[in-house]
Amino acid sequence: MTDAISVAGLVKTFGQTRALDGLDLSVRTGEVHGFLGPNGAGKSTTIRVLLGLMRADSGSASLLGGDPWTDATSLHRRLAYVPGDVTLWPNLSGGEVIDLLGRLRGGLDRKRRDELLERFDLDPRKKARTYSKGNRQKVALVAAFASDVELLLLDEPTSGLDPLMEEVFREVVHEESERTVLLSSHILAEVEALCDRVTIIREGRTVETGSLAELRHLTRTSIEADLTGEANGLANLPGVHDFQARHGHVKFDVDNPALEEALRALTDAGVRSLVSQPPTLEELFLRHYEVSR
Amino acid sequence: MTGTRSLVRLILRRDRVIMPLWVVFLAVVPVSYVASIDELFPTAAGKAQYAATSASNAGFVALYGQLFGSSIGELVAWRGGFLPVVIGLAAILTVIRHTRTEEEAGRHELIGSTVVGRHAGLAAALIATCGATLVMGLLLAGAMAGQNLPGAGSLAFGLELAAVGWVFAGVAAVAAQLTASAGTARGIAITVLGVAYVLRVVGDVSGMTDGPLAWLTGLSPIGWVQAIRPYGDDRIWLVLVVLAAALLLTAAAVVLSGRRDVGAGLLPPRPGPAVGALGSPLALAWRLHRGLLAAWAGGFAALGVVLGYLAEGVGDLVGDNQAMKDVFARLGGASGLINSYLAGMTGFFGLIAGAYAIQAMLRARAEETAGHAEPVLATATGRLRWLGSHLLFSLLGPAATLLAAGLAMGITHGLNVHDVGGELPRLLAGSLVQLPAVWILSAVTVLLFGLLPRLTAVAWGALALCLLVSLVGQAAGLDQWVLDISPFTHLPKLPGGHVTALPLVLLSVIVVLVTVAGITGFRRRDLPA
Repeated sequence: MTDAISVAGLVKTFGQTRALDGLDLSVRTGEVHGFLGPNGAGKSTTIRVLLGLMRADSGSASLLGGDPWTDATSLHRRLAYVPGDVTLWPNLSGGEVIDLLGRLRGGLDRKRRDELLERFDLDPRKKARTYSKGNRQKVALVAAFASDVELLLLDEPTSGLDPLMEEVFREVVHEESERTVLLSSHILAEVEALCDRVTIIREGRTVETGSLAELRHLTRTSIEADLTGEANGLANLPGVHDFQARHGHVKFDVDNPALEEALRALTDAGVRSLVSQPPTLEELFLRHYEVSR
Repeated sequence: MTGTRSLVRLILRRDRVIMPLWVVFLAVVPVSYVASIDELFPTAAGKAQYAATSASNAGFVALYGQLFGSSIGELVAWRGGFLPVVIGLAAILTVIRHTRTEEEAGRHELIGSTVVGRHAGLAAALIATCGATLVMGLLLAGAMAGQNLPGAGSLAFGLELAAVGWVFAGVAAVAAQLTASAGTARGIAITVLGVAYVLRVVGDVSGMTDGPLAWLTGLSPIGWVQAIRPYGDDRIWLVLVVLAAALLLTAAAVVLSGRRDVGAGLLPPRPGPAVGALGSPLALAWRLHRGLLAAWAGGFAALGVVLGYLAEGVGDLVGDNQAMKDVFARLGGASGLINSYLAGMTGFFGLIAGAYAIQAMLRARAEETAGHAEPVLATATGRLRWLGSHLLFSLLGPAATLLAAGLAMGITHGLNVHDVGGELPRLLAGSLVQLPAVWILSAVTVLLFGLLPRLTAVAWGALALCLLVSLVGQAAGLDQWVLDISPFTHLPKLPGGHVTALPLVLLSVIVVLVTVAGITGFRRRDLPA
């Protein structure tokens, strides 16, 4: 399968600030790709480079097989973008904005538009000035999802949506099985629920990329167990961290490659009960973020 | 009112560049008149002659107001007769910018959640604005007194201009309560300012011949402050009347503000269509520009009717007064008093249309900084089409407004002299010939937008330069090369003047080159920048 987006060694500076510092990103056609990073990591800048709104200082970027800067207009017919901070013309109604953006992209599926309005519970007659942040976000989302395009670039699309609407958003993305989606987000549960693969960036660089299963492999499982005997030597096994034991109750984290050996040590000691937590993306996320502090 | 002090400081911090600029500029302009009038009319007899002819000239009375004496101070205060409009405009824009604009942007909500009183935002905007006009007035009074003019008169002159700022700050404060949109609030307040000016014009012109409409001046705040008559009667007590009016307006604003929710207006918002008809960048631009275009065209047409109507009177009143003819020859240049007057008015319209050209082009920058450009440019809309849709309004908008002014002047003046067929083409030509110079200002704005986007608003400096050259330049006896900086210097004085094609062609070529440079810059730069 070819890549819908492939970015290599992207550098972008603003004066003294190095917003992107050799960023790599590849998004395969048809996948939902999570794009994670702390505030100011360069997510929006990357998306703006992909949209041809900004020109990178060095590195290469290709989007749907074209150059995002020189082929901007023709590429934009094939994609829809939802900005992180949606601002709308205050004197236009939501319906007008949706239809305008749809037409400017080259077409809108009327039926899909009306269905989405219904599902997102949005009144298209209201003037944009009266919309809350969440409702402005919905306008941009409806315009994007109802467009007949093959790639969706979503920059923190659920900020401002209530949990009910977040659920609607997830359902809608699930239905997008044919389209490629680049989803920049802070909400890890959302990324875990939706994304096939994930790229984590920090300070303009890619620090981790791969499928969720692959990434989990790199992280730790946390284990709690009640033992009948003594867990001899468990604390000193390589790969076991934060070991605590009290009255036969043990609690520790273990690197996944060392999991098998740790379990063997547990069963040797006799297990009365066992709870194991799979590694969450959150942990992964925090581990990468905390390094930056 | 808790927190007002910090909010005033916030306003002063945010306006730290623009506010001192207009305060000093407006204080300095009248002072520059002292030297220029003294140089033109060094003797008391000369001044008396100039005053006598000016006071009986309908065009001058319309533009500046009535003239009551011939001392240098009175002449300067009279020549500054257009300043109340400029000061009123500055006050309106400042108050709306710090009240309704803040509310519309949602920033007021953030401030309002902290320990500030309900009316602190309004109070701070009024204190900052009225304080600024007071400083401007006192600076002016000091500078005038420094030119060896009477102290009492200088104070009266300074307070006159400060007080007009207070009234229109009050008008803006009320307007800001009425609608949820800052643009509409600005429109309402500026309309009030326009009506006040037109009332003053009609009242004063009618008053020249003790006409039946002279009382209209008494309805206009601009008429009130001009009745202070600095350097003449020095009726400083009138400042208290104006202050009382400003306080009344403020009280009204406070009452209105107490009756509405934050973010809402008194006029209820109407729902819009559920299905949109907009389908192209141009349609969007039309939607964004049409209000502004209608306001400018309407204003130009109304002013054109008044100024065109007054044209014939210029000839009647002057008769065969040779001194008057000399004055006009010096001020207007072309032959024929009425032609000179009309050419002066078309030139005046040209300069003001320059403001519209810049304003329309700045809309593109506003769309960019507000984040509205980004989603549009992320569609199949190319940068050229997007910028072109705004550029079109910056170029054709002034053309439409000048056409409206030319039509209005041509028809009213034509009806007066029973020769619409003859006058209309002459005045249309006079108005439209301004376009190459107006477009230079569009082009300069595009250039800044493309190459130095954060400094786009510096384009106003280009207009200020043109205004300064046109209003002060010739009278102050500046060198020709300084006058030549303004594109308006190179235009033929129509009707009546001689047309040479070369300057017009050169101006047009410059417009094209500078615009292309600006567009090229825009297509190469980052967005948003």
